[in-house]
Amino acid sequence: MLNRTAENVARATPEPLARKVRGISDKGLAWLFISPTILLLLAINIFPLFWAIYLSFTNFRANRPNEVVKNLGFANYQRILGDQDIWIAMQTTAHFVFWTILLQTLIGFTLAWLIDRKFRGHAFWTTLILVPMMLSPAVVGNFWRFLYEPQIGLFSYVISFVSGIPPTSIQMLSNVSLAPWSIIIVDTWMWTPYVMLICLAGLRSIPEYIYEAAEVDRASNWRQFWSITLPMALPFIMLAVLFRGIENFKMFDMVNLLTGGGPGSTTEVASITLKRQAFESWRTGYSSAFAIILFVAVFGLANIYVKALNKVKQR
Amino acid sequence: MSLTTAHSVVAPSAGSKRIAGAIIIAYALISIVPLLWIFATSFKTPPDSIAYPPKIVFQPSIEGYCNLFTTRTRQTPEYINSLGPATGFCDETVRKRNMVIAGPSNFLPRFINSLIIAFGSTFCAVFLGTLSAYGFSRFKVPLADDLLFFILSTRFMPPIAVAIPIYLMYRELGLSDTALGMILLYTAVNVSLAVWLLKGFIDEIPREYEEAAMIDGYTRLQAFWRTVLPQATTGIAATAIFCLIFAWNEYAFAALLTSGTAQTAPPFIPTIIGEGGQDWPAVAAGTTIFLVPILVFTILLRKQLLRGITFGAVRK
Repeated sequence: MLNRTAENVARATPEPLARKVRGISDKGLAWLFISPTILLLLAINIFPLFWAIYLSFTNFRANRPNEVVKNLGFANYQRILGDQDIWIAMQTTAHFVFWTILLQTLIGFTLAWLIDRKFRGHAFWTTLILVPMMLSPAVVGNFWRFLYEPQIGLFSYVISFVSGIPPTSIQMLSNVSLAPWSIIIVDTWMWTPYVMLICLAGLRSIPEYIYEAAEVDRASNWRQFWSITLPMALPFIMLAVLFRGIENFKMFDMVNLLTGGGPGSTTEVASITLKRQAFESWRTGYSSAFAIILFVAVFGLANIYVKALNKVKQR
Repeated sequence: MSLTTAHSVVAPSAGSKRIAGAIIIAYALISIVPLLWIFATSFKTPPDSIAYPPKIVFQPSIEGYCNLFTTRTRQTPEYINSLGPATGFCDETVRKRNMVIAGPSNFLPRFINSLIIAFGSTFCAVFLGTLSAYGFSRFKVPLADDLLFFILSTRFMPPIAVAIPIYLMYRELGLSDTALGMILLYTAVNVSLAVWLLKGFIDEIPREYEEAAMIDGYTRLQAFWRTVLPQATTGIAATAIFCLIFAWNEYAFAALLTSGTAQTAPPFIPTIIGEGGQDWPAVAAGTTIFLVPILVFTILLRKQLLRGITFGAVRK
């Protein structure tokens, strides 16, 4: 009986393929399996990266491909580090990263902590809360423009209804001081569930017996929270913070569709500046240099992130 | 009794459960309002959609969906009266606004582009990812940790930074604004996720199964095909859905590298508003159609979500 199954399985395997690979060693097979991925990444990620590094030392402009390309040495990098606008964009980015992470961590952790009480129906409501983070930031950002419309927008209406401020004066997207917050609000709405989900995993990874031991020692709830819950969930919180930090450092979709960097340049984050330089002013060499600087920063963060990831994995 | 309060953390009391439940339900309901609003707006008429105060109760209409799928031209009432009877509901609604349907809009082709590119890139990424994940999981690969980090780090590159050289490269190769170009690009971005996720899933399959199969005379490849793959189906399906969602939602590359024939839905939907002025119901209709598949996938994926968003590191 068993033999027959094996025979059937052997017959079902494509014969020429099987014969061809039969002689292959494990080591050969490993490389056969891994190399297509590596080759694809070399072609689509690494080769363009080196091209960008080369371009960053030139005055190349993509809209004038026939012009003679001059080698500028480090001039592009020097100009970027001295460029006032770039520093303002970096500050704007830092401002976004700081506030979105702060809000998302506080709200996300609180939600996770509450869900961990395991009230009836918690699974259903948790799934409902998770929906926003699965959606396309661009499509959602575009629709929030409608919610933010003064007067007719639902968001502006609700705010004016609650606060009594006349509805026409709530200009979320065109007011210089409100525009950055309009983006922070949408980002927080969208990504708090992400932080919540990871924090929840952290809370659930804490073994029950530690709390039982704390009970024996008569530690107060307050004390248990600060000495057990928070420190033991911290690696997970760090993971969420790092990942959101990297993602929001690159933030583009939502900003491009909500404000496009405006009004003026109040919401012009690094990616928007990069897009303007590269695809509107066509300063390809200059923007490549900026891209490389951004990439080095993200690569550094990613390195820390992967270390954190492996740390959590051991739990 | 002090014992019951002292045990509150180990087994939360009924009161604390109730309060926690109330707060969570309130948050869930508030956070879902924007989505319900999109859905409701897609069934409003354009005047209803920009009414003040915003209308919660309204007469439902599919005008938004009509406008989404058609282009219209304004005509004189005399001309419209000279036409024959309206051929359908959309025709009738449009004529009431002194317009006639001029032809289909670009929404359907853009939506089909999204489908082709999302499914194409997902297939490639999962195919390559499964092979690599098996390789990393079962064999001693030199510099495995460095290679895995390299694979993951490519996902962290800022899309705009990557887009500059890709734009030039695709222009040279004739891949700009082609579905093939977008499939290649999304495969490269997604393969990192696929490798990391699938490695986690394959690590969990006991090696004994393959070893037993190989003792029975299977080659390594047959053992992979006949014993590992069937057991990794759940993992492969979950990974595929994650890749699909990424490719479906992606905007930055699509906006910069496609403009016409290969444009996907995310960069197209914001332009709907420009075609008809204040046509929010059409935008809402496009958004609704675009978001529904994601809602379905989120529900299917809810058990694997945590794994997906942490690249397979957190498994519970």
